[in-house]
Amino acid sequence: MLRIEKLSVCHGARRVLRDVSLEVHSGEVLALIGPNGAGKSTLVRAVSGVTPVDSGSIYSDDSSHAYDLLSLAPMQRARCLAVVPQAVSMPPAFTAWETVLMGRTPYLNFLGQVSAKDEEIARMALQKVDALELSGRRVGELSGGEQQRVLLARALAQSTPILLLDEPTSNLDLHYQVSFMETVSTLAHQDGLAVLVALHDLNLAARYADRVALLVEGSIQASGTPVQVLTPELISAAYHLEVQVIPHPFADVPLVLPGK
Amino acid sequence: MKIRPYVYTLLFLCVTVVLSIAIGSVSITPGDLWLILTGWLGGVTFTDPLKTFAIILTDIRLPRTALVLLTGAALGGSGAAYQGLFRNPLADPYLIGVASGAGLGAVLAMSIKWPYSFWGLLAVPVAAFLGALLTVFLVYALARVGKTVPTTNLILAGVAFGSFATALTTYLMLRSTGELHRAIAWLSGGSSQAGWQPVLAMLPFLAVGLGILLLSGHALNLLQFGDEQAQQMGLPVTRRRTLILLAASLATAAAVSFSGIIGFIGLIVPHVMRLWFGADYRRLLLLSIIGGAGALLLADILARSVMAPQELPVGIVTALVGAPFFLWVLRRAKNQGYW
Repeated sequence: MLRIEKLSVCHGARRVLRDVSLEVHSGEVLALIGPNGAGKSTLVRAVSGVTPVDSGSIYSDDSSHAYDLLSLAPMQRARCLAVVPQAVSMPPAFTAWETVLMGRTPYLNFLGQVSAKDEEIARMALQKVDALELSGRRVGELSGGEQQRVLLARALAQSTPILLLDEPTSNLDLHYQVSFMETVSTLAHQDGLAVLVALHDLNLAARYADRVALLVEGSIQASGTPVQVLTPELISAAYHLEVQVIPHPFADVPLVLPGK
Repeated sequence: MKIRPYVYTLLFLCVTVVLSIAIGSVSITPGDLWLILTGWLGGVTFTDPLKTFAIILTDIRLPRTALVLLTGAALGGSGAAYQGLFRNPLADPYLIGVASGAGLGAVLAMSIKWPYSFWGLLAVPVAAFLGALLTVFLVYALARVGKTVPTTNLILAGVAFGSFATALTTYLMLRSTGELHRAIAWLSGGSSQAGWQPVLAMLPFLAVGLGILLLSGHALNLLQFGDEQAQQMGLPVTRRRTLILLAASLATAAAVSFSGIIGFIGLIVPHVMRLWFGADYRRLLLLSIIGGAGALLLADILARSVMAPQELPVGIVTALVGAPFFLWVLRRAKNQGYW
Protein backbone atom coordinates (compact mmCIF):
# COMPACT_ATOMS: atom_id res chain seq x y z
CA MET A 1 0.00 0.00 0.00
CA LEU A 2 1.06 3.57 -0.70
CA ARG A 3 1.03 6.03 2.17
CA ILE A 4 1.61 9.75 1.56
CA GLU A 5 1.93 11.90 4.67
CA LYS A 6 1.77 15.69 4.74
CA LEU A 7 3.54 16.06 1.42
CA SER A 8 4.51 19.58 0.38
CA VAL A 9 6.21 20.61 -2.85
CA CYS A 10 7.31 24.09 -3.88
CA HIS A 11 8.29 25.31 -7.32
CA GLY A 12 10.43 28.28 -6.44
CA ALA A 13 8.37 30.45 -4.12
CA ARG A 14 5.08 28.88 -5.22
CA ARG A 15 3.63 26.08 -3.16
CA VAL A 16 2.26 23.50 -5.55
CA LEU A 17 1.29 20.86 -3.00
CA ARG A 18 0.28 21.64 0.57
CA ASP A 19 0.22 18.92 3.25
CA VAL A 20 -1.21 16.24 1.01
CA SER A 21 -2.00 13.02 2.84
CA LEU A 22 -3.35 10.01 0.98
CA GLU A 23 -3.50 6.27 1.37
CA VAL A 24 -3.90 3.87 -1.51
CA HIS A 25 -4.57 0.33 -0.37
CA SER A 26 -3.58 -2.81 -2.17
CA GLY A 27 -6.34 -3.92 -4.50
CA GLU A 28 -7.94 -0.54 -4.97
CA VAL A 29 -7.94 2.22 -7.56
CA LEU A 30 -7.73 5.74 -6.19
CA ALA A 31 -8.57 8.41 -8.74
CA LEU A 32 -6.98 11.80 -8.26
CA ILE A 33 -9.20 14.47 -9.78
CA GLY A 34 -9.06 18.24 -9.86
CA PRO A 35 -8.87 21.19 -12.24
CA ASN A 36 -5.84 21.92 -14.41
CA GLY A 37 -2.93 23.20 -12.38
CA ALA A 38 -4.25 21.73 -9.14
CA GLY A 39 -1.05 19.71 -8.78
CA LYS A 40 -2.12 16.23 -9.95
CA SER A 41 0.90 15.67 -12.15
CA THR A 42 3.21 17.21 -9.57
CA LEU A 43 1.89 14.73 -6.99
CA VAL A 44 2.57 11.79 -9.31
CA ARG A 45 6.03 13.11 -10.13
CA ALA A 46 6.88 13.80 -6.51
CA VAL A 47 5.81 10.34 -5.41
CA SER A 48 7.83 8.78 -8.23
CA GLY A 49 10.91 10.66 -7.11
CA VAL A 50 11.55 12.94 -10.09
CA THR A 51 10.42 16.16 -8.38
CA PRO A 52 12.11 17.21 -5.14
CA VAL A 53 9.88 17.23 -2.07
CA ASP A 54 10.02 19.99 0.53
CA SER A 55 8.50 18.17 3.45
CA GLY A 56 6.43 15.15 4.26
CA SER A 57 7.00 11.46 3.70
CA ILE A 58 6.01 8.70 1.33
CA TYR A 59 5.94 5.06 2.33
CA SER A 60 5.43 1.80 0.55
CA ASP A 61 4.07 -0.66 3.10
CA ASP A 62 3.87 -4.39 2.75
CA SER A 63 2.74 -6.79 5.45
CA SER A 64 6.00 -6.59 7.36
CA HIS A 65 7.92 -3.54 6.16
CA ALA A 66 7.51 0.17 5.55
CA TYR A 67 9.89 1.48 2.89
CA ASP A 68 10.61 5.19 3.04
CA LEU A 69 10.42 5.92 -0.69
CA LEU A 70 12.06 9.33 -0.46
CA SER A 71 15.25 7.85 0.94
CA LEU A 72 15.56 5.05 -1.61
CA ALA A 73 17.89 5.10 -4.61
CA PRO A 74 16.11 5.17 -8.02
CA MET A 75 16.69 1.49 -8.60
CA GLN A 76 15.18 0.41 -5.27
CA ARG A 77 12.32 2.86 -5.65
CA ALA A 78 11.60 1.40 -9.09
CA ARG A 79 11.04 -1.96 -7.40
CA CYS A 80 8.36 -0.42 -5.16
CA LEU A 81 6.44 1.67 -7.64
CA ALA A 82 6.08 1.96 -11.39
CA VAL A 83 4.79 4.92 -13.39
CA VAL A 84 2.73 5.02 -16.56
CA PRO A 85 3.53 8.42 -18.05
CA GLN A 86 1.47 10.29 -20.59
CA ALA A 87 2.54 9.02 -23.98
CA VAL A 88 3.82 12.30 -25.38
CA SER A 89 6.61 11.35 -27.72
CA MET A 90 8.07 7.90 -27.87
CA PRO A 91 11.46 7.11 -29.35
CA PRO A 92 10.65 5.28 -32.59
CA ALA A 93 13.73 3.10 -32.35
CA PHE A 94 12.45 0.41 -30.02
CA THR A 95 9.88 -2.30 -30.49
CA ALA A 96 7.10 -2.82 -27.99
CA TRP A 97 8.92 -5.93 -26.79
CA GLU A 98 12.20 -4.06 -26.18
CA THR A 99 10.29 -1.27 -24.45
CA VAL A 100 8.53 -3.63 -22.05
CA LEU A 101 11.81 -5.43 -21.31
CA MET A 102 13.23 -2.09 -20.20
CA GLY A 103 10.72 -2.25 -17.38
CA ARG A 104 12.94 -4.98 -15.92
CA THR A 105 15.74 -2.44 -15.37
CA PRO A 106 15.48 -2.37 -11.55
CA TYR A 107 16.38 -6.06 -11.50
CA LEU A 108 19.15 -5.96 -14.11
CA ASN A 109 22.86 -5.39 -13.82
CA PHE A 110 24.81 -2.36 -15.05
CA LEU A 111 24.77 -3.72 -18.61
CA GLY A 112 21.05 -4.44 -18.64
CA GLN A 113 21.37 -8.11 -19.53
CA VAL A 114 18.01 -9.89 -19.39
CA SER A 115 17.42 -13.48 -18.33
CA ALA A 116 14.80 -15.95 -19.49
CA LYS A 117 12.82 -15.07 -16.36
CA ASP A 118 12.82 -11.38 -17.30
CA GLU A 119 11.54 -12.28 -20.75
CA GLU A 120 8.80 -14.41 -19.26
CA ILE A 121 7.70 -11.56 -16.99
CA ALA A 122 7.71 -9.12 -19.92
CA ARG A 123 5.64 -11.54 -21.99
CA MET A 124 3.10 -11.92 -19.19
CA ALA A 125 2.91 -8.15 -18.79
CA LEU A 126 2.12 -7.74 -22.48
CA GLN A 127 -0.47 -10.47 -22.22
CA LYS A 128 -2.17 -8.83 -19.24
CA VAL A 129 -2.74 -5.61 -21.16
CA ASP A 130 -3.76 -7.57 -24.23
CA ALA A 131 -0.86 -6.25 -26.31
CA LEU A 132 1.13 -9.38 -27.04
CA GLU A 133 0.47 -9.00 -30.75
CA LEU A 134 2.18 -5.59 -30.67
CA SER A 135 5.52 -7.11 -29.56
CA GLY A 136 7.34 -6.73 -32.85
CA ARG A 137 5.96 -3.28 -33.72
CA ARG A 138 7.95 -0.11 -33.15
CA VAL A 139 6.46 1.98 -30.33
CA GLY A 140 6.83 5.20 -32.33
CA GLU A 141 4.49 3.82 -34.96
CA LEU A 142 1.74 2.67 -32.61
CA SER A 143 -1.51 4.57 -32.07
CA GLY A 144 -1.99 6.49 -28.85
CA GLY A 145 -4.08 3.74 -27.32
CA GLU A 146 -1.57 1.05 -28.23
CA GLN A 147 1.34 3.11 -26.89
CA GLN A 148 -0.47 3.60 -23.62
CA ARG A 149 -1.02 -0.14 -23.27
CA VAL A 150 2.65 -0.83 -23.99
CA LEU A 151 3.64 1.72 -21.34
CA LEU A 152 1.28 0.01 -18.91
CA ALA A 153 2.91 -3.34 -19.73
CA ARG A 154 6.33 -1.79 -19.15
CA ALA A 155 5.20 -0.59 -15.73
CA LEU A 156 3.80 -4.05 -14.94
CA ALA A 157 7.12 -5.61 -15.93
CA GLN A 158 8.65 -3.69 -13.03
CA SER A 159 6.71 -6.10 -10.76
CA THR A 160 5.85 -3.42 -8.22
CA PRO A 161 3.04 -3.44 -5.65
CA ILE A 162 2.21 0.19 -6.50
CA LEU A 163 1.23 1.68 -9.84
CA LEU A 164 1.00 5.41 -10.62
CA LEU A 165 -0.72 6.67 -13.75
CA ASP A 166 -0.54 10.27 -14.90
CA GLU A 167 -3.63 11.11 -16.95
CA PRO A 168 -3.23 7.97 -19.03
CA THR A 169 -6.44 8.42 -20.97
CA SER A 170 -6.20 12.08 -21.96
CA ASN A 171 -5.12 11.36 -25.55
CA LEU A 172 -7.30 8.33 -26.13
CA ASP A 173 -10.63 7.99 -27.85
CA LEU A 174 -13.69 6.76 -25.97
CA HIS A 175 -13.14 3.10 -26.78
CA TYR A 176 -9.51 3.11 -25.61
CA GLN A 177 -10.35 5.17 -22.51
CA VAL A 178 -12.85 2.59 -21.38
CA SER A 179 -10.83 -0.49 -22.24
CA PHE A 180 -7.70 1.00 -20.68
CA MET A 181 -9.46 1.78 -17.41
CA GLU A 182 -11.10 -1.67 -17.44
CA THR A 183 -7.62 -3.20 -17.60
CA VAL A 184 -6.34 -0.98 -14.81
CA SER A 185 -9.19 -1.81 -12.47
CA THR A 186 -8.80 -5.53 -13.20
CA LEU A 187 -5.11 -5.28 -12.32
CA ALA A 188 -5.93 -3.66 -9.01
CA HIS A 189 -8.73 -6.01 -8.06
CA GLN A 190 -7.23 -9.29 -9.30
CA ASP A 191 -3.51 -8.79 -8.79
CA GLY A 192 -3.86 -6.65 -5.66
CA LEU A 193 -1.97 -3.62 -6.95
CA ALA A 194 -2.36 -0.27 -5.25
CA VAL A 195 -3.24 2.08 -8.11
CA LEU A 196 -3.12 5.86 -8.00
CA VAL A 197 -4.43 7.41 -11.20
CA ALA A 198 -4.65 11.10 -12.04
CA LEU A 199 -7.73 11.59 -14.23
CA HIS A 200 -9.34 14.48 -16.03
CA ASP A 201 -12.57 12.74 -16.82
CA LEU A 202 -14.81 12.76 -13.75
CA ASN A 203 -17.12 10.10 -15.15
CA LEU A 204 -14.24 7.72 -15.83
CA ALA A 205 -13.17 8.31 -12.23
CA ALA A 206 -16.70 7.62 -11.01
CA ARG A 207 -16.94 4.47 -13.06
CA TYR A 208 -13.57 2.84 -12.36
CA ALA A 209 -12.23 4.21 -9.09
CA ASP A 210 -12.95 2.65 -5.73
CA ARG A 211 -12.15 5.93 -4.10
CA VAL A 212 -11.72 9.47 -5.36
CA ALA A 213 -9.56 12.29 -4.02
CA LEU A 214 -10.27 15.85 -5.09
CA LEU A 215 -7.18 18.03 -5.34
CA VAL A 216 -7.69 21.79 -5.55
CA GLU A 217 -4.86 24.31 -5.48
CA GLY A 218 -2.49 21.79 -4.02
CA SER A 219 -4.65 20.53 -1.17
CA ILE A 220 -6.96 17.57 -0.85
CA GLN A 221 -10.48 19.05 -0.61
CA ALA A 222 -12.30 15.77 -0.21
CA SER A 223 -11.72 12.07 -0.48
CA GLY A 224 -13.98 9.08 -0.27
CA THR A 225 -16.19 6.96 -2.52
CA PRO A 226 -17.25 8.47 -5.86
CA VAL A 227 -20.70 9.18 -4.41
CA GLN A 228 -19.20 11.06 -1.47
CA VAL A 229 -16.81 13.19 -3.51
CA LEU A 230 -18.64 13.77 -6.79
CA THR A 231 -21.30 16.02 -5.31
CA PRO A 232 -22.60 19.17 -7.01
CA GLU A 233 -21.29 21.33 -4.16
CA LEU A 234 -17.70 20.01 -4.16
CA ILE A 235 -17.34 19.82 -7.93
CA SER A 236 -18.90 23.24 -8.58
CA ALA A 237 -16.61 24.86 -6.05
CA ALA A 238 -13.52 23.09 -7.39
CA TYR A 239 -14.11 23.74 -11.09
CA HIS A 240 -15.97 27.07 -10.80
CA LEU A 241 -18.77 25.61 -12.87
CA GLU A 242 -22.39 24.74 -12.26
CA VAL A 243 -22.83 20.98 -12.48
CA GLN A 244 -25.59 18.44 -12.08
CA VAL A 245 -24.93 15.03 -10.61
CA ILE A 246 -27.36 12.28 -11.55
CA PRO A 247 -27.25 8.57 -10.94
CA HIS A 248 -25.94 6.46 -13.80
CA PRO A 249 -28.90 4.74 -15.51
CA PHE A 250 -27.37 1.24 -15.24
CA ALA A 251 -24.35 1.28 -12.95
CA ASP A 252 -24.35 2.26 -9.33
CA VAL A 253 -22.21 5.37 -9.83
CA PRO A 254 -22.80 9.10 -10.14
CA LEU A 255 -22.69 10.95 -13.45
CA VAL A 256 -21.41 14.52 -13.57
CA LEU A 257 -22.97 16.82 -16.16
CA PRO A 258 -22.04 20.46 -16.66
CA GLY A 259 -24.94 22.93 -16.67
CA LYS A 260 -27.70 24.20 -14.45
CA MET B 1 22.61 -11.59 -30.64
CA LYS B 2 22.72 -10.50 -34.24
CA ILE B 3 26.22 -11.03 -35.58
CA ARG B 4 25.87 -9.78 -39.15
CA PRO B 5 26.27 -6.02 -38.45
CA TYR B 6 29.56 -6.69 -36.68
CA VAL B 7 30.81 -8.86 -39.55
CA TYR B 8 30.06 -6.15 -42.11
CA THR B 9 31.63 -3.30 -40.16
CA LEU B 10 34.70 -5.37 -39.23
CA LEU B 11 35.12 -6.35 -42.86
CA PHE B 12 34.97 -2.68 -43.83
CA LEU B 13 37.57 -1.87 -41.19
CA CYS B 14 39.89 -4.66 -42.38
CA VAL B 15 39.74 -3.46 -45.97
CA THR B 16 40.52 0.13 -44.98
CA VAL B 17 43.40 -1.01 -42.76
CA VAL B 18 45.00 -2.97 -45.60
CA LEU B 19 44.50 -0.07 -48.01
CA SER B 20 45.91 2.40 -45.51
CA ILE B 21 49.03 0.27 -45.13
CA ALA B 22 49.40 -0.34 -48.84
CA ILE B 23 48.82 3.13 -50.28
CA GLY B 24 51.46 5.84 -50.15
CA SER B 25 54.40 7.30 -52.02
CA VAL B 26 55.81 3.78 -52.05
CA SER B 27 53.03 1.29 -52.52
CA ILE B 28 53.21 -1.96 -50.65
CA THR B 29 51.07 -4.64 -52.27
CA PRO B 30 49.06 -7.04 -50.12
CA GLY B 31 51.46 -9.74 -51.39
CA ASP B 32 54.51 -7.90 -50.05
CA LEU B 33 52.58 -7.22 -46.85
CA TRP B 34 51.94 -10.93 -46.47
CA LEU B 35 55.62 -11.74 -47.06
CA ILE B 36 56.72 -9.22 -44.45
CA LEU B 37 54.20 -10.42 -41.88
CA THR B 38 55.14 -14.09 -42.34
CA GLY B 39 58.80 -13.08 -42.41
CA TRP B 40 58.47 -11.34 -39.03
CA LEU B 41 56.76 -14.32 -37.55
CA GLY B 42 59.44 -16.67 -38.96
CA GLY B 43 62.30 -14.40 -37.90
CA VAL B 44 63.58 -13.98 -41.47
CA THR B 45 66.00 -11.13 -42.24
CA PHE B 46 64.77 -9.22 -45.25
CA THR B 47 66.68 -8.18 -48.33
CA ASP B 48 65.75 -5.18 -50.49
CA PRO B 49 63.12 -4.21 -51.51
CA LEU B 50 61.35 -5.99 -48.66
CA LYS B 51 63.81 -4.52 -46.16
CA THR B 52 62.83 -0.98 -47.13
CA PHE B 53 59.17 -1.92 -47.15
CA ALA B 54 59.47 -3.34 -43.64
CA ILE B 55 61.04 -0.11 -42.38
CA ILE B 56 58.35 1.98 -44.06
CA LEU B 57 55.78 -0.29 -42.50
CA THR B 58 57.02 -0.14 -38.92
CA ASP B 59 58.10 3.49 -38.88
CA ILE B 60 55.47 5.18 -41.01
CA ARG B 61 52.48 3.23 -42.24
CA LEU B 62 51.59 1.17 -39.19
CA PRO B 63 51.81 3.97 -36.61
CA ARG B 64 49.87 6.29 -38.88
CA THR B 65 47.22 3.69 -39.54
CA ALA B 66 46.97 2.95 -35.84
CA LEU B 67 46.66 6.64 -34.96
CA VAL B 68 43.96 7.24 -37.56
CA LEU B 69 42.14 4.07 -36.55
CA LEU B 70 42.06 5.04 -32.88
CA THR B 71 41.02 8.60 -33.68
CA GLY B 72 38.16 7.40 -35.85
CA ALA B 73 37.07 4.95 -33.18
CA ALA B 74 37.03 7.75 -30.60
CA LEU B 75 35.03 10.09 -32.84
CA GLY B 76 32.52 7.44 -33.89
CA GLY B 77 31.93 6.24 -30.33
CA SER B 78 31.67 9.68 -28.76
CA GLY B 79 29.43 10.88 -31.58
CA ALA B 80 27.00 8.04 -30.90
CA ALA B 81 27.11 8.80 -27.18
CA TYR B 82 26.47 12.54 -27.63
CA GLN B 83 23.56 11.81 -29.96
CA GLY B 84 22.07 9.50 -27.36
CA LEU B 85 22.69 11.85 -24.44
CA PHE B 86 21.18 14.88 -26.12
CA ARG B 87 18.53 12.77 -27.85
CA ASN B 88 19.52 14.66 -30.92
CA PRO B 89 20.65 13.16 -34.23
CA LEU B 90 22.85 16.15 -35.05
CA ALA B 91 25.05 16.03 -31.98
CA ASP B 92 28.64 15.49 -33.05
CA PRO B 93 31.83 16.30 -31.13
CA TYR B 94 32.65 18.88 -33.80
CA LEU B 95 29.23 20.48 -34.32
CA ILE B 96 28.50 20.92 -30.63
CA GLY B 97 31.85 22.63 -30.19
CA VAL B 98 33.43 20.02 -27.94
CA ALA B 99 36.25 19.32 -30.38
CA SER B 100 37.08 23.03 -30.65
CA GLY B 101 36.97 23.34 -26.88
CA ALA B 102 39.33 20.41 -26.61
CA GLY B 103 41.53 22.03 -29.25
CA LEU B 104 41.71 25.23 -27.25
CA GLY B 105 42.68 23.28 -24.15
CA ALA B 106 45.33 21.41 -26.09
CA VAL B 107 46.83 24.55 -27.60
CA LEU B 108 46.87 26.23 -24.21
CA ALA B 109 48.87 23.30 -22.94
CA MET B 110 51.11 23.38 -25.99
CA SER B 111 51.75 27.10 -25.66
CA ILE B 112 53.42 26.21 -22.41
CA LYS B 113 55.47 23.47 -23.99
CA TRP B 114 55.14 21.74 -27.34
CA PRO B 115 54.91 18.08 -26.45
CA TYR B 116 58.21 16.49 -27.20
CA SER B 117 58.69 14.93 -23.81
CA PHE B 118 56.46 12.10 -22.67
CA TRP B 119 54.93 14.19 -19.88
CA GLY B 120 54.24 16.93 -22.37
CA LEU B 121 52.34 14.35 -24.38
CA LEU B 122 50.14 13.59 -21.38
CA ALA B 123 49.55 17.23 -20.40
CA VAL B 124 47.98 17.98 -23.77
CA PRO B 125 45.15 15.41 -23.59
CA VAL B 126 44.42 16.33 -19.99
CA ALA B 127 44.09 19.99 -20.93
CA ALA B 128 42.04 19.00 -23.97
CA PHE B 129 39.76 16.94 -21.73
CA LEU B 130 39.16 19.91 -19.44
CA GLY B 131 38.47 22.10 -22.47
CA ALA B 132 36.03 19.55 -23.84
CA LEU B 133 34.18 19.22 -20.53
CA LEU B 134 33.91 22.96 -20.05
CA THR B 135 32.50 23.29 -23.56
CA VAL B 136 29.98 20.51 -23.24
CA PHE B 137 28.58 21.94 -20.01
CA LEU B 138 28.46 25.49 -21.38
CA VAL B 139 26.84 24.48 -24.66
CA TYR B 140 24.34 22.28 -22.89
CA ALA B 141 23.43 25.02 -20.43
CA LEU B 142 23.05 27.57 -23.24
CA ALA B 143 21.01 25.27 -25.48
CA ARG B 144 18.68 23.83 -22.88
CA VAL B 145 15.05 24.88 -22.79
CA GLY B 146 13.43 23.33 -19.73
CA LYS B 147 14.17 19.67 -20.06
CA THR B 148 14.80 19.46 -23.77
CA VAL B 149 17.68 20.46 -25.98
CA PRO B 150 16.22 21.61 -29.30
CA THR B 151 18.37 20.83 -32.33
CA THR B 152 18.70 24.42 -33.48
CA ASN B 153 19.74 25.63 -30.02
CA LEU B 154 22.29 22.87 -29.67
CA ILE B 155 23.88 23.52 -33.04
CA LEU B 156 23.76 27.31 -32.64
CA ALA B 157 25.32 27.19 -29.20
CA GLY B 158 27.85 24.63 -30.40
CA VAL B 159 28.84 26.56 -33.50
CA ALA B 160 29.03 29.85 -31.61
CA PHE B 161 31.15 28.43 -28.86
CA GLY B 162 33.21 26.43 -31.34
CA SER B 163 34.00 29.57 -33.35
CA PHE B 164 34.93 31.42 -30.20
CA ALA B 165 37.26 28.64 -29.12
CA THR B 166 38.76 28.37 -32.60
CA ALA B 167 39.34 32.13 -32.70
CA LEU B 168 41.11 32.02 -29.35
CA THR B 169 43.13 29.04 -30.52
CA THR B 170 44.17 30.81 -33.70
CA TYR B 171 45.10 33.92 -31.73
CA LEU B 172 47.26 31.86 -29.39
CA MET B 173 48.99 30.22 -32.31
CA LEU B 174 49.63 33.43 -34.22
CA ARG B 175 50.90 35.24 -31.16
CA SER B 176 53.44 32.60 -30.42
CA THR B 177 56.49 32.01 -32.51
CA GLY B 178 58.28 28.90 -33.58
CA GLU B 179 57.01 25.56 -32.41
CA LEU B 180 53.35 26.42 -32.18
CA HIS B 181 53.12 27.16 -35.89
CA ARG B 182 53.26 23.42 -36.34
CA ALA B 183 49.99 23.26 -34.50
CA ILE B 184 48.20 24.91 -37.40
CA ALA B 185 48.43 21.81 -39.57
CA TRP B 186 47.58 19.66 -36.58
CA LEU B 187 44.46 21.69 -35.82
CA SER B 188 42.89 21.19 -39.22
CA GLY B 189 43.24 17.49 -38.78
CA GLY B 190 46.54 16.71 -40.40
CA SER B 191 48.17 13.75 -38.71
CA SER B 192 51.41 15.66 -38.52
CA GLN B 193 52.66 13.70 -35.56
CA ALA B 194 54.35 10.52 -36.53
CA GLY B 195 55.76 7.47 -34.82
CA TRP B 196 54.38 5.24 -32.15
CA GLN B 197 54.58 7.72 -29.27
CA PRO B 198 51.23 9.47 -29.89
CA VAL B 199 49.54 6.12 -30.44
CA LEU B 200 50.75 4.81 -27.10
CA ALA B 201 49.92 8.05 -25.31
CA MET B 202 46.40 8.03 -26.73
CA LEU B 203 45.61 4.44 -25.82
CA PRO B 204 44.94 4.76 -22.07
CA PHE B 205 42.57 7.69 -22.56
CA LEU B 206 40.69 5.86 -25.25
CA ALA B 207 40.56 2.61 -23.33
CA VAL B 208 38.88 4.35 -20.39
CA GLY B 209 36.60 6.58 -22.47
CA LEU B 210 35.41 4.02 -24.99
CA GLY B 211 35.37 1.26 -22.36
CA ILE B 212 32.84 3.22 -20.28
CA LEU B 213 30.79 4.02 -23.36
CA LEU B 214 30.61 0.35 -24.32
CA LEU B 215 29.14 -0.38 -20.89
CA SER B 216 26.55 2.39 -21.24
CA GLY B 217 24.33 1.00 -24.00
CA HIS B 218 21.45 0.03 -21.73
CA ALA B 219 21.53 3.37 -19.92
CA LEU B 220 21.46 5.27 -23.23
CA ASN B 221 18.52 3.16 -24.37
CA LEU B 222 16.58 4.12 -21.25
CA LEU B 223 17.51 7.77 -21.66
CA GLN B 224 15.81 7.79 -25.08
CA PHE B 225 12.51 7.87 -23.15
CA GLY B 226 13.60 11.05 -21.37
CA ASP B 227 15.26 11.58 -18.02
CA GLU B 228 12.08 11.28 -15.97
CA GLN B 229 10.97 7.97 -17.39
CA ALA B 230 14.52 6.61 -17.23
CA GLN B 231 14.64 7.45 -13.54
CA GLN B 232 11.19 5.99 -12.93
CA MET B 233 12.46 2.77 -14.50
CA GLY B 234 15.26 2.73 -11.95
CA LEU B 235 18.20 4.43 -13.69
CA PRO B 236 20.26 6.77 -11.49
CA VAL B 237 19.98 9.34 -14.25
CA THR B 238 22.27 12.12 -13.07
CA ARG B 239 25.10 9.76 -12.23
CA ARG B 240 24.94 7.73 -15.42
CA ARG B 241 24.49 10.83 -17.60
CA THR B 242 27.54 12.46 -16.08
CA LEU B 243 29.58 9.30 -16.49
CA ILE B 244 28.68 8.99 -20.18
CA LEU B 245 29.37 12.68 -20.74
CA LEU B 246 32.80 12.36 -19.10
CA ALA B 247 33.63 9.25 -21.11
CA ALA B 248 32.57 10.75 -24.45
CA SER B 249 34.48 13.95 -23.74
CA LEU B 250 37.56 11.99 -22.74
CA ALA B 251 37.49 10.06 -26.00
CA THR B 252 36.97 13.27 -27.99
CA ALA B 253 39.79 15.01 -26.15
CA ALA B 254 42.16 12.12 -26.83
CA ALA B 255 41.28 12.21 -30.52
CA VAL B 256 41.74 15.98 -30.76
CA SER B 257 44.98 15.98 -28.78
CA PHE B 258 46.76 13.66 -31.16
CA SER B 259 45.01 14.09 -34.46
CA GLY B 260 43.55 17.58 -34.42
CA ILE B 261 40.02 18.73 -35.02
CA ILE B 262 38.22 16.42 -37.41
CA GLY B 263 34.55 17.01 -37.99
CA PHE B 264 31.58 14.96 -39.10
CA ILE B 265 32.89 11.43 -38.47
CA GLY B 266 30.98 11.46 -35.18
CA LEU B 267 27.88 12.58 -37.05
CA ILE B 268 27.95 10.40 -40.15
CA VAL B 269 29.03 7.07 -38.74
CA PRO B 270 26.50 6.64 -35.90
CA HIS B 271 23.84 7.89 -38.28
CA VAL B 272 24.57 5.36 -40.99
CA MET B 273 24.90 2.59 -38.42
CA ARG B 274 21.52 3.54 -36.98
CA LEU B 275 19.91 3.54 -40.40
CA TRP B 276 21.32 0.14 -41.28
CA PHE B 277 21.39 -1.74 -38.02
CA GLY B 278 18.86 -0.03 -35.72
CA ALA B 279 19.14 2.35 -32.81
CA ASP B 280 19.73 -0.06 -29.94
CA TYR B 281 22.67 1.58 -28.18
CA ARG B 282 23.98 -1.71 -26.89
CA ARG B 283 24.84 -2.42 -30.54
CA LEU B 284 25.18 1.08 -31.90
CA LEU B 285 28.12 2.13 -29.72
CA LEU B 286 30.40 -0.73 -30.74
CA LEU B 287 29.34 -0.51 -34.38
CA SER B 288 30.02 3.25 -34.39
CA ILE B 289 33.45 2.69 -32.88
CA ILE B 290 34.43 0.12 -35.50
CA GLY B 291 32.75 2.04 -38.32
CA GLY B 292 34.31 5.32 -37.19
CA ALA B 293 37.77 3.76 -37.36
CA GLY B 294 37.11 2.48 -40.89
CA ALA B 295 35.54 5.71 -42.09
CA LEU B 296 38.39 7.90 -40.89
CA LEU B 297 40.94 5.52 -42.42
CA LEU B 298 39.11 5.86 -45.72
CA ALA B 299 39.14 9.66 -45.41
CA ASP B 300 42.83 9.57 -44.54
CA ILE B 301 43.62 7.42 -47.58
CA LEU B 302 41.79 9.96 -49.76
CA ALA B 303 43.60 12.83 -48.07
CA ARG B 304 46.93 11.21 -48.85
CA SER B 305 46.23 10.21 -52.43
CA VAL B 306 44.05 12.92 -54.00
CA MET B 307 46.89 15.43 -54.39
CA ALA B 308 49.83 13.07 -53.92
CA PRO B 309 52.60 13.59 -53.12
CA GLN B 310 51.04 16.51 -51.26
CA GLU B 311 48.72 15.67 -48.37
CA LEU B 312 45.42 17.26 -47.55
CA PRO B 313 44.48 17.60 -43.89
CA VAL B 314 42.02 14.77 -43.27
CA GLY B 315 39.61 17.23 -41.65
CA ILE B 316 39.08 18.81 -45.06
CA VAL B 317 38.07 15.50 -46.59
CA THR B 318 35.61 14.69 -43.79
CA ALA B 319 34.13 18.19 -44.05
CA LEU B 320 33.72 17.93 -47.82
CA VAL B 321 31.73 14.73 -47.42
CA GLY B 322 30.23 15.53 -44.04
CA ALA B 323 28.76 18.98 -44.58
CA PRO B 324 26.38 17.87 -47.37
CA PHE B 325 25.48 14.86 -45.26
CA PHE B 326 24.74 17.16 -42.34
CA LEU B 327 22.37 19.20 -44.48
CA TRP B 328 20.61 16.05 -45.60
CA VAL B 329 20.14 14.89 -42.00
CA LEU B 330 18.92 18.34 -41.00
CA ARG B 331 16.26 18.19 -43.71
CA ARG B 332 15.26 14.69 -42.76
CA ALA B 333 15.06 15.62 -39.09
CA LYS B 334 12.83 18.56 -39.92
CA ASN B 335 10.50 16.55 -42.11
CA GLN B 336 10.09 13.52 -39.94
CA GLY B 337 10.42 14.86 -36.45
CA TYR B 338 13.06 12.13 -36.26
CA TRP B 339 13.76 9.87 -33.27
